[in-house]
Amino acid sequence: MTNAPLNDVSLFIRWFDEHLKTIGRNDVPRWRELRKQAIKTLETTGLPKPTDERWRNTDIAKQLSLPYEQHFEDFQKDLDVEKIFACEVPDLDTFLITMVNGWYAYRNSALRILPSGTIIGSLSRALRDAPELVEAHLGHYAKMEGNPFAALNTAFASDGIFIYVPDNTVVSKPIQMVNVVDHPENLFMQTRNLVIVGRNSHLELVHCDDSHNHTAGFTNSLTEVYIGENAGVDYYKMQNVNDHSTVLHSAWFNLQREARLNSYAISLNGGLIRNESFVTLNGQGADANIYGLYLMDKKQQTDNLVFVDHAAPNCTSSEMFKGILDDYAHGVFNGHILVRPDSQQTIAYQSNRNILLTDKARVNTQPFLEIYADDVKCSHGATVGQLDSEAMFYLRSRGIGEENARMLLMYAFAAEVVGKIKIEILRDRIDDLVKKRLRGELSICDQCVLHCSKPDQPVVFEIDMSKI
Amino acid sequence: MLLQIKDLHAGINGKEILRGVNLEVNAGEVHAIMGPNGTGKSTLASVIAGRELFDVTQGDVVFKGQSILEMPVEQRAREGIFLGFQYPVEIPGVSITNFMRTALNEIRKYRGLEPLSGAAFLARMEEKKKLVEIQTKLTNRSVNEGFSGGEKKKNEIFQMAMIEPTLSILDETDSGLDIDALRIVANGVNALRSADNAIVVITHYQRLLEYIVPDIVHVLYEGRIVKTGGKELALELEEKGYEWIKKEMEGR
Repeated sequence: MTNAPLNDVSLFIRWFDEHLKTIGRNDVPRWRELRKQAIKTLETTGLPKPTDERWRNTDIAKQLSLPYEQHFEDFQKDLDVEKIFACEVPDLDTFLITMVNGWYAYRNSALRILPSGTIIGSLSRALRDAPELVEAHLGHYAKMEGNPFAALNTAFASDGIFIYVPDNTVVSKPIQMVNVVDHPENLFMQTRNLVIVGRNSHLELVHCDDSHNHTAGFTNSLTEVYIGENAGVDYYKMQNVNDHSTVLHSAWFNLQREARLNSYAISLNGGLIRNESFVTLNGQGADANIYGLYLMDKKQQTDNLVFVDHAAPNCTSSEMFKGILDDYAHGVFNGHILVRPDSQQTIAYQSNRNILLTDKARVNTQPFLEIYADDVKCSHGATVGQLDSEAMFYLRSRGIGEENARMLLMYAFAAEVVGKIKIEILRDRIDDLVKKRLRGELSICDQCVLHCSKPDQPVVFEIDMSKI
Repeated sequence: MLLQIKDLHAGINGKEILRGVNLEVNAGEVHAIMGPNGTGKSTLASVIAGRELFDVTQGDVVFKGQSILEMPVEQRAREGIFLGFQYPVEIPGVSITNFMRTALNEIRKYRGLEPLSGAAFLARMEEKKKLVEIQTKLTNRSVNEGFSGGEKKKNEIFQMAMIEPTLSILDETDSGLDIDALRIVANGVNALRSADNAIVVITHYQRLLEYIVPDIVHVLYEGRIVKTGGKELALELEEKGYEWIKKEMEGR
């Protein structure tokens, strides 16, 4: 364990040398190699500075300057996971997997194998029990160059969630990954998740960050998602952490031919939340919808970075990000669309719309379209405004008080994103959380836990290698 | 007396539009306010409804015995004032059901009544829809979004029927309506007339008044009511045109 601020790269390099044995105890050769590259990248580029293009509007210096406890192996004894959770929505049946303070909660359990052949478990266990799968995908999609936090994660992370869905498999219920932060000291956590979805398969994944106390947690997590030919993934990222918490999450999606992605980033509360979505459309006919909703107040900040790489022809992408910012809150949106020279007949849309409720709230929104093909349809739009005063008057003229009129309009604004959620029970649940948030009734203890379940009896590990 | 307007002066950005309006409306009456464009008809409607855009510089508006000038717009609505908009606002994402339910329950709460049950509310929606011949399912539609001109005006009268106000001010409800829609809207309004409420119809043309027959007709000109008479005044205006009023006023 260390306890120090995070703003000194040379400290990280020292920790790496001192703790590599612990960090990499389960490593496959590929990861060992990546770790070394990662440290080199960090040494040359350092941590993000406000002069870096991608960090121009988000100054993370303050968050990095706090001292945090950092653990290189699971430090928790006798964890009672059931105590941490309470059931809220029993209707939605999910496979629940839990991280507590950055570590897989059921640390000694084997990987679970569902009847369909789907594998769910911790990444550290998968390194031991399914090394070929990990080797084939880990670090293939996340780029460390220009992404210091991805490098930091690659160098130090040793646990996270591992999901493998074989070909021709529809996972019957959503898989829900939750990271709960509940520790008396400030914690720096780095988790690494790997999701592999085979050909013609489908997966719904709910990924939540929760905090249960008021210490300053700092999460730097990274998720790589491989979506095979003609496969579909619906990915829901939900964040409801306390006002002192920092959450950096980067998701790297790699879509093959005819693959489909629906991604939702719903930021309900947090001190500084940065969601990075890197989407590579790697085969003809791939389709990605990337949605985001952020509801921030006080001095909170949210930052969404979306990079869509049209690396193959005939692909479509659509981005819709909406935010409501109250008090002194700050919103940032960076949307980068890259259409490569051979990616003809690309269709790419991008929209970012914001409502500022006070004159102290602010937004930086920046579209960046980089197009090298000529037969493409691309559009982008950004708006920053207030609640429509005509609509306010109309609602109030029917007897609706100012507060409720504002609520109706804000809710209507947010509902466009929530309405895109495909699972009905999840949509209703998120709808309810959004309403609570807008009314100021959401507490950080409102878990996004949608279903409680005990892990099934560990199953003897067995992989049908023919399916890989 | 339901409504009494006394020497009302009001304007916007320092420009005076209403220059001493006097008007008295009793329960059971239908009034028509006519006049050429730009004489302050819509301003008068907005000021009564409580639009903050306008500044009242002099005079008073008394509703059911109390001055309402200090009341915010929603409180006036809860007291029983309804404004039918000339240009109803489109509100994407807010369903008509949610809108009306919130409105009715806030009004009921203000009056010390329990909220309507879901079933009672929906039954009322169905009943009032028939009044203005709305056939489509309203439940999932956003307020006025994508409505035709006629649908928007029907929706205004539908809301009036849902809310059952004591005083309704209908601002150019006839504008943009074809003859069929005009008839439907007028029938709806007529069905809502009673001895306990009053309706003020603001219009540029006599046409609407063939369907909604007023008891009293006023002519508003340059921010003042310059002529008041029976329903025959509307016909006289139609015949002689507003030039007649202008000449008469200039001749004074």
